[in-house]
Amino acid sequence: MNEQTPAGNFDEMDSVCIRFAGDSGDGMQLTGTQFSVVTALEGSDLSTFPDFPAEIRAPVGTTFGVSAFQINFGSVEVSTAGDEPDVLVAMNPAALKVSLAGLKEGGIIILDEGAFNKRNLDKAGYDSNPLEDNTLDGYQVQKLDITKMTLESVKEFGLGKKDALRSKNMWTLGLVLWMFGRDRKPITDWLEQKFKKIPDVAKANIAAVNAGHAYGETVEVSGELRRYSIGKHEVEEAGEYRTVNGNQALAWGLVAGSQLGDISLMLGSYPITPASTLLHTLSGLKEFGVMTFQAEDEIAAICGAIGASFAGNLGVTSSSGPGIALKTEAIGLAISTELPLIVVDVQRAGPSTGLPTKTEQSDLFQAVWGRNGDSSIVVLATSNPQDCFDVGIEAVRIATKYMTPVMVLSDGYIGNASEPWKLPDINKLEKFPVKHHTDTEDFHPFKRDPETLARPWVKPGTPGLLHRIGGIEKDYDSGHISYDPKNHQLMTDTRAEKIANIANDMPEQSVSLGTEGGKLAVVGWGSTRGAIHQAVKRARAENIDVSHIHIGNIWPLPRNLERLLKSYDKVIVAEMNKGQMNKLLRAEYLLDAYSLTKVTGQPFKITEILDCIREQAGDAS
Amino acid sequence: MNEQTDVKKLTFKDFETDQEVRWCPGCGDYAILKSVQMTLANIGATPENTVFVSGIGCSSRFPYYVETYGFHTIHGRAPAVATGVKLANPDLDVWLVTGDGDGLSIGGNHMLHVLRRNVDMQIMLFNNEIYGLTKGQYSPTSKPGSKTPSTPMGSVDLPLSPCSFALGAGARFVARGIDTALKALPITLERAKDHKGASFVEIFQNCIVFNDGTFDQFTQKKTAANSQIHAVHGERMIFGKEKDKGLVFNLEKFALEIVTIGENGVKEDDILVHDETNKMMAHMLVELTAPDFPVVCGVIYCNPEESYNDAVHNQMNAAKSAKKADFNALIRQGRTWIVD
Ligand code: SF4
Repeated sequence: MNEQTPAGNFDEMDSVCIRFAGDSGDGMQLTGTQFSVVTALEGSDLSTFPDFPAEIRAPVGTTFGVSAFQINFGSVEVSTAGDEPDVLVAMNPAALKVSLAGLKEGGIIILDEGAFNKRNLDKAGYDSNPLEDNTLDGYQVQKLDITKMTLESVKEFGLGKKDALRSKNMWTLGLVLWMFGRDRKPITDWLEQKFKKIPDVAKANIAAVNAGHAYGETVEVSGELRRYSIGKHEVEEAGEYRTVNGNQALAWGLVAGSQLGDISLMLGSYPITPASTLLHTLSGLKEFGVMTFQAEDEIAAICGAIGASFAGNLGVTSSSGPGIALKTEAIGLAISTELPLIVVDVQRAGPSTGLPTKTEQSDLFQAVWGRNGDSSIVVLATSNPQDCFDVGIEAVRIATKYMTPVMVLSDGYIGNASEPWKLPDINKLEKFPVKHHTDTEDFHPFKRDPETLARPWVKPGTPGLLHRIGGIEKDYDSGHISYDPKNHQLMTDTRAEKIANIANDMPEQSVSLGTEGGKLAVVGWGSTRGAIHQAVKRARAENIDVSHIHIGNIWPLPRNLERLLKSYDKVIVAEMNKGQMNKLLRAEYLLDAYSLTKVTGQPFKITEILDCIREQAGDAS
Repeated sequence: MNEQTDVKKLTFKDFETDQEVRWCPGCGDYAILKSVQMTLANIGATPENTVFVSGIGCSSRFPYYVETYGFHTIHGRAPAVATGVKLANPDLDVWLVTGDGDGLSIGGNHMLHVLRRNVDMQIMLFNNEIYGLTKGQYSPTSKPGSKTPSTPMGSVDLPLSPCSFALGAGARFVARGIDTALKALPITLERAKDHKGASFVEIFQNCIVFNDGTFDQFTQKKTAANSQIHAVHGERMIFGKEKDKGLVFNLEKFALEIVTIGENGVKEDDILVHDETNKMMAHMLVELTAPDFPVVCGVIYCNPEESYNDAVHNQMNAAKSAKKADFNALIRQGRTWIVD
């Protein structure tokens, strides 16, 4: 907490990080999301991190059932969901136990004293009550009987105890809104809308929000709780904004791409964490000509998409690591038949089932190289929620222009995290109308465009262009089955060349912060963007000569990347895996970089990268 | 415009491609190819609106030999690819070619779901009870005890019956045919094409190299009359050289049995009438096996329901008429704020 001069009865601060933690059933995700919306509406920059267990309803009160939502917001650019929360809201002992270690020294803890009974303490594995021993020494602890006060506040609506207790999170939200001087109206409006059909529940929840808020006002007099004010973030660009999470933005990006390319989308998908919301979002957009097919498995999902592409629509399939592994053979079919296809991989921690709800970037090798045969595809990475929108459009453009599968790498953190997004006007985005081939003159299905090396895309139903394609090697000239050795060499070379050439149709790699050339560069890709950006920013403020390069186009790599990377004395590659990008850059450029890695299922902290920069800068000088 | 001019009726020859057919000489696939090409000519198929999709295996080379659009996909996955094709463009007439290994082993799951969903297409499963392309291993339809390269002491697992599987999966059209039955098979395939939904046709196909004669018991000319019934809706289930045998339902045993007309007071009127909409009957008919029973061919079950592709497109159309596709409005839904 960067405290500045207090104004009125508010302490003014640049940025605050709050972590709402409770049981899976306590509604912490909802509380966090709603607080984010209000925060965004009041003009703060923000970044969120929903951190929840894989179990839908893990046993009540246990540490592994703790669901948390972290939000970092400020009048300054925040970029990440925050290294260490300033404020922890803990709805039960388990939530306290899980989150305490991450809390900032001297931070504020608001906890529901009413939940600290013997049963819950036992379940959380506390031998003694942390409210009574010295566990919480050094923190500013607010022990409130939220359970009791919530029951009190909703009494008049005659709900059963179980239902009444559901409003605990709203009471807490009310108090937190008061603490940060935030408006209640968007919340009460939302509650009214959400529970339109059960007005009593709406009223009870609103009463709880108001009661939490009123509680703050009452104790303010006694000076026990302080209030904090976070000013508006002065964004450079004027316009209309909203908050958006990565999966939502990616779904919209794909739809925007289909509109700009004038091509119908067909998504084949199979539910999997953390990619399912793509399927949910796209299945609700039928009016845009988006068709969704919930297939019987991952393989059928991609095969359905490939069938749709063969028939002239753009096939898309979405999944996460284990599902992508299942789709691998089919990706090969799309490579061999040179059909456009988009494969979205919202990565999670692996191998195997791994940690389904935790984030990682360990599918890089799988995306770039993970197939039988020499089988290049385009791989694009998203780096934050708003970037997902642009990457979605770019994936459509490239897949259709070059007749190739495009893999989009996102991850669980980006997929679920929310950030403000300046809303684009689709009418101002560049169109790239897709044309199916209809010319019967001198046609064969693998006759390539001399510039893009793409083969013609013919819709079945077109007269005069009957043809058969398949996964067997094709003759370069006629497209017929061919087992000829020289032809296979030529076709393999051509497929690789086609993908490599796409680098000429993509922007050069830019330096996102700092200078071209210098002592040190930190290279990242994907969701580490915010953390690297902040770390480099702070290091530069310490006069360390360091720059940030964030790679979005993973394959083919940007055409100037080698030159750019070699313009620094030293390079750190920071990523959430065991060094896959580092190895890829080494393989391509013989780059001798320092590999900073993390695979805890949690995003990088700014300080972890900053420490590494300081250390490497020391070595570099 | 006079649409009648110059409409030349295509013949089966118009559905042949310039590709050299690469099946073993004498393979049953040749006859099936001919039947399919005849069927396409008979139904007046438009080549450009027809798509053949296949998986992997001997049978799956089929698309290369039919002058239409074709997609030779990967092992077992043809039903999923074909589903995508049909969803993307429901005007296309989709034919799926698969085998007992492709369709019921590696691709069993997809076969189950394409039938359950009732995606409008004709599914021809060439059952030769063996893996041909990989050189003769036993398949999920091989008879127990089959001695093959991978089962030198004989196979020990029990086979499945493709038509029982199809009925169990919820197929609304189930039929059977024989590779060399050049008269009967096109009629069955025409019915399959007329049925709007997933039409499952098991075709007994002789693999002359690895499993020659496996269906001889009921497909040989001299035994056929006594070992096959060609099911026709509304007609009695009569068979035999002398047309004197028939099927009746034995209520006490809850089973079908063979009777002879004129013996033990059995009259022709006692013989079961085929009702292709009766699923219970279909279940019983597909379970009859040689040599104890005649093998039932023709359309065994046909009871149409709305196809998956129609249902999907109905929803698409409903959504399109209910809501305007305004992208800028879409992303501005919910709470937004202005920075000036
Ligand atoms: S191996 Fe058998 S099924 Fe395959 S082509 Fe030869 S005869 Fe036909």
